[in-house]
Amino acid sequence: MPYMMACFPDRERSEEIARAYVDAGADLIELGVPFSDPLADGPVIHAADTAALRAGATVHDALAVAAAIADRVPVVVMCYANPILTRGLERFADELAELGAAGLIVPDLPLEEAPGVAADCEQRGLALVPLVAPTTTDERLGRIGAAARGFVYTVSTMGTTGERAELDGGLEAVIGRVRAHTDVPVAVGFGIGTPEQASDAADAGADGVIIGSRLVRAAADTEDPAAAIGPLVRDFSLALR
Amino acid sequence: MSAIEHRFGPYGGQYVPETLMPALAELEQAWVAARDDPGFQGELAGLLHDYVGRPSPLYRAARLSAVAGHDIYLKREDLNHTGAHKINNALGQALLARRMGKERIIAETGAGQHGVASATACALLELKCVVYMGTEDMRRQQPNVERMRLLGATVEPVEAGARTLKEAVSAAIRDWVENVGDTHYIIGSCVGPAPYPAMVRDLQRVIGDEARAQILKQAGRLPQRVVACVGGGSNSIGMFIPFADDDGVELVGVEAAGEGIETGRHGAPLTAGGQPGVLHGAYSALMQDEDGQILEAHSISAGLDYPGSGPEHAWLRDSGRARYEAITDDQALEAFATTARLEGIIPALESAHALAWTLANGPSELDLVCLSGRGDKDLAEAIALLDK
Repeated sequence: MPYMMACFPDRERSEEIARAYVDAGADLIELGVPFSDPLADGPVIHAADTAALRAGATVHDALAVAAAIADRVPVVVMCYANPILTRGLERFADELAELGAAGLIVPDLPLEEAPGVAADCEQRGLALVPLVAPTTTDERLGRIGAAARGFVYTVSTMGTTGERAELDGGLEAVIGRVRAHTDVPVAVGFGIGTPEQASDAADAGADGVIIGSRLVRAAADTEDPAAAIGPLVRDFSLALR
Repeated sequence: MSAIEHRFGPYGGQYVPETLMPALAELEQAWVAARDDPGFQGELAGLLHDYVGRPSPLYRAARLSAVAGHDIYLKREDLNHTGAHKINNALGQALLARRMGKERIIAETGAGQHGVASATACALLELKCVVYMGTEDMRRQQPNVERMRLLGATVEPVEAGARTLKEAVSAAIRDWVENVGDTHYIIGSCVGPAPYPAMVRDLQRVIGDEARAQILKQAGRLPQRVVACVGGGSNSIGMFIPFADDDGVELVGVEAAGEGIETGRHGAPLTAGGQPGVLHGAYSALMQDEDGQILEAHSISAGLDYPGSGPEHAWLRDSGRARYEAITDDQALEAFATTARLEGIIPALESAHALAWTLANGPSELDLVCLSGRGDKDLAEAIALLDK
């Protein structure tokens, strides 16, 4: 389940990247909407936000990138709360539904602030995917797991997005706890940078593995991101078969 | 139902990653217990008295009053140890952190006053201190950077974006997400996710509580207007709330108009209006474009250079209890110079906004103005601009 920043490094190339993900075996794509203050993201993705905005990316453009591939692969749009509220919750949900998005993740929208968003998504057949963390108590997991749609995005490590040399050892226990509190699949993300780590996450019980910063870094480091990224995604895909 | 506000009208909330929710619950529980614990309050009051130098004086500024045409009383938060009102909040939260068993403190800072206050409290209470500061702010407030280091804090430069306060807040939030187990984040103003806005207000209301008693004693009456500058809004919320039930008292918050509201280069979300939004965990008035991207604020004063505002202020505005106006860089600079020459007090550039407003706006029977900090930190920048 690779992640990409819409309109990074620019709109055209990000659409190429999306197609490369699909061709290389992605089962689902998480598509980030560029935002000025991405406080759940580490330096690589934040830099991609800044670059995309500097290149003139708008929310409209980001949704257009989503629309361009939504018929080939499930697309889950990842967007912070403010751009959604400014656009208007219902309008945003309508647009996601129209373009054929599968779901929505809002990194700064915890359970308590979600009811309006959850209802609007539910009405339109969009999955509102919640995030849980190692610090999430069993009591919270129960409530989040019950409300979860699509999958539960399990943050594998304390911190923001970004590759880590090693993942937290307690991953299997965390995944187990989440699974015990929900009926939807459990996906793991944050910090997974190598095919080995991806395969470890799968062995620890994850139904899906999300790779973000590693791929965004690859896109940033080259003139032809789609060409560079294809083989990388394929490596991850193969490690998970 | 919680024992502390999560919302003020529609404003406030907790728009943070799930990772932080347990920490906010823990913080709320700890603060409510401490707030209601006479032992904790006694220890804090003792330090505020013996170490910070409270109560701060209320001073009738005769020469400024003559120029303004109305009585101006200054609440002298500039005379506190560390030179501003920030220490009231930093000390209270540092004591709370120690009570919670946290050994590490992080903070953001714009002008440096909150960073200095946090570093000071940490030196006093033997806590490790890391302060995030935008590199543009580090440049224009160099003395405060040096102070923080001398006090034993680590200053982490933030290079992202416009390199000022909003980027520092985001960097601090990211650090907290990663280190939430052993770290308390001392937010410097009444912004951020609940319980911070209410907790910071509770710690800063000592300003207004004292001032109310002092003005009644000195002038035999309540003020007509209470005036304070608003960045995030901590000195102003501390000044305003103790007067909130005094119907005849007007509450005036003064924001940074920067180069002028019409230019877009300002720091006045409450004054400029516009759609509210979510920034740094709270729903409140802010500066944003039509896509919901947060805009950079612009002000001569680093402490007012924030595109957001405290949610309780947004509610005071909408409910009509307080009004918000804005003063330009030039007006603030002039008031800075005037106050120095007429009263022998060099105000912080932030506070100069409140002074500029009272000097330019009459009539009034009596203005009570919060002099939120002293201007030593601003000398280099202000002198350079005044010489032009």
